[in-house]
Amino acid sequence: MIDRDAILKKDHVGVLIIGGGPAGLAAAAAARKAGVDDILIIERDRMLGGILNQCIHNGFGLHTFKEELTGPEYAARFISQIRDLEIPYLLNTMVLSITRDKRVTIIGSRTGIRTISADAIILAMGCRERSRGALSIPGYRPAGVYTAGTAQRLMNIEGYQIGKRVVILGSGDIGLIMARRMTLEGAKVLTVAELMPYSGGLKRNIVQCLNDYDIPLQLSHTVVNILGKERVEGVTIAEVDASRKPIPGTEVTYDCDTLLLSCGLLPENELTRMLSANMSPVTGGASVDDLLQTDVPGVFACGNVLHVHDLVDYVSEEAALAGENAAAYVSGTYGKGSSDPIDVVEISTDGGVRYTVPQRIHVSRMRDSVTVRFRVADVYRDKTIAVYRGERCLSRRKTRVLAPGEMEQVKLEKKDLLGLTAAEGLRVVLESDTV
Amino acid sequence: MSETRELTCINCPLGCALTVTIDGDTVTVAGNTCPRGEAYGRKEVTDPTRIVTSTVPVDGGDIARVPVKTASDIPKGKIFEVMDAVHTARVKAPVKIGDIILSDVAGTGVDLVAARDVAAV
Ligand SMILES: Cc1cc2nc3c(=O)[nH]c(=O)nc-3n(C[C@H](O)[C@H](O)[C@H](O)COP(=O)(O)OP(=O)(O)OC[C@H]3O[C@@H](n4cnc5c(N)ncnc54)[C@H](O)[C@@H]3O)c2cc1C
Ligand code: SF4
Repeated sequence: MIDRDAILKKDHVGVLIIGGGPAGLAAAAAARKAGVDDILIIERDRMLGGILNQCIHNGFGLHTFKEELTGPEYAARFISQIRDLEIPYLLNTMVLSITRDKRVTIIGSRTGIRTISADAIILAMGCRERSRGALSIPGYRPAGVYTAGTAQRLMNIEGYQIGKRVVILGSGDIGLIMARRMTLEGAKVLTVAELMPYSGGLKRNIVQCLNDYDIPLQLSHTVVNILGKERVEGVTIAEVDASRKPIPGTEVTYDCDTLLLSCGLLPENELTRMLSANMSPVTGGASVDDLLQTDVPGVFACGNVLHVHDLVDYVSEEAALAGENAAAYVSGTYGKGSSDPIDVVEISTDGGVRYTVPQRIHVSRMRDSVTVRFRVADVYRDKTIAVYRGERCLSRRKTRVLAPGEMEQVKLEKKDLLGLTAAEGLRVVLESDTV
Repeated sequence: MSETRELTCINCPLGCALTVTIDGDTVTVAGNTCPRGEAYGRKEVTDPTRIVTSTVPVDGGDIARVPVKTASDIPKGKIFEVMDAVHTARVKAPVKIGDIILSDVAGTGVDLVAARDVAAV
């Protein structure tokens, strides 16, 4: 049995997990299974499950459970594991600050303000949406402009009606899902405008959320004006040229009361920055090694706070690894003290690979194999994903289509990397097929 | 008279553009790269189905609405009838995941079930 009062008074734990979304839950379960007794999850919301609580659509867990679950159902499977493993958690409790010697200050409805120290910390804070401020659309700031995720929470959890006539800017998955959701609730979604010449959303969502309901997707289009002072009265959309500048004369104004913005997600990294951890300018998350450890020893990161994922299955997989590694760090099995810089090799990228996670590996202590995830910069056809050690090719895989919206991965085998030095280098690249 | 439909296969990132031709009882699929595209194209024109998800208000629960879904896929043409039925539903806490909220929703033969637990407060 969990002693609730003892948890509220704790001032030290083995593994502390910040965030009770799918990443935090999978990390906690894995750390427990790897033998850590003393774990605590801190979640600022009133329930576990993170963003999954508002993702009521189906399509989660195809890889992990071989069935199509809704977000809450996927979360429930992990929450019941947490209960079965008797892992303690604090709800309505937020981590305010964090230090490099692994002390966190929390504020909670039942704890008040307290400081807890930990042997290892797992960052699992998820991400948030780019807001309108980050997008700089001209016009007033009337009511009726929401990020798609905020609209999703208001509708699905709080039960509000958002609007009757809707324009959506951005074809990210949340926007596509909301186009269908609002249509089913009786709203008219007039159009989805996407700045880029391709959609950032999954094909499946374009077909089942837009095509099914005859909602037009306009690629290479953007919002140039929002009409209305108090409440949105209309939105003007224009086509953009190759340099993404609106083309004069292509403006069309839609009479609507709501504008949803679905323009991408940013990892929620205030705490990571407070740690002065080394960050990746590309992912917006921490830069990590093969253990998913930041450059602050004993601080790990996983899920959307590390890099934005589109499939929760990969979040769970990655987070479980972070949990196991944190357990190994705490028990001293590996990770501690072995940060000999000579052995650290940064993974470089080329030919359209934007980033990799992990960003670097410690060859001598890496596991037998390490999965390296990455995204590409554009839509590519008939490319080969290749991994090079110096000039030597370690693996090649042909692909038919690669898209920025779909995460890719390669596996690195330790046996191929023994003796690798930074000077020799390790590269993940895209190559054109040469006949 | 034959009818053709342009579809996008959703079974993998390649997203093949399918052309499906319906000529009386014969359906032919072109543009697919693999057999999954053929099966998808055939089903989409003969018997398209979808899972429908929504939320239903809960009285006396720790949250205001319970997410619900059709227990299996229903004919695509019945989506809005299912939604009309969903809009009439209202439940009392506690609710357990998998509880039937509406049985045989809109005459589809499929139940509408709860997708999470809601505790009574
Ligand atoms: C709208 C949307 C639709 C999606 N659709 C699909 C889909 O159809 N299929 C699929 O497989 N995947 C989908 N995904 C992707 C997948 O759900 C996410 O990648 C996954 O939920 C990320 O998990 P996470 O634990 O990293 O983050 P989150 O779920 O965001 O969890 C982070 C948690 O950390 C907490 N937190 C943050 N900061 C603090 C702090 N300082 N103190 C305490 N707690 C804190 C937050 O409250 C939150 O609960 C979707 C994602 C979104 C956003
Ligand atoms: S037809 Fe085959 S290859 Fe083409 S999108 Fe469908 S599953 Fe992929």
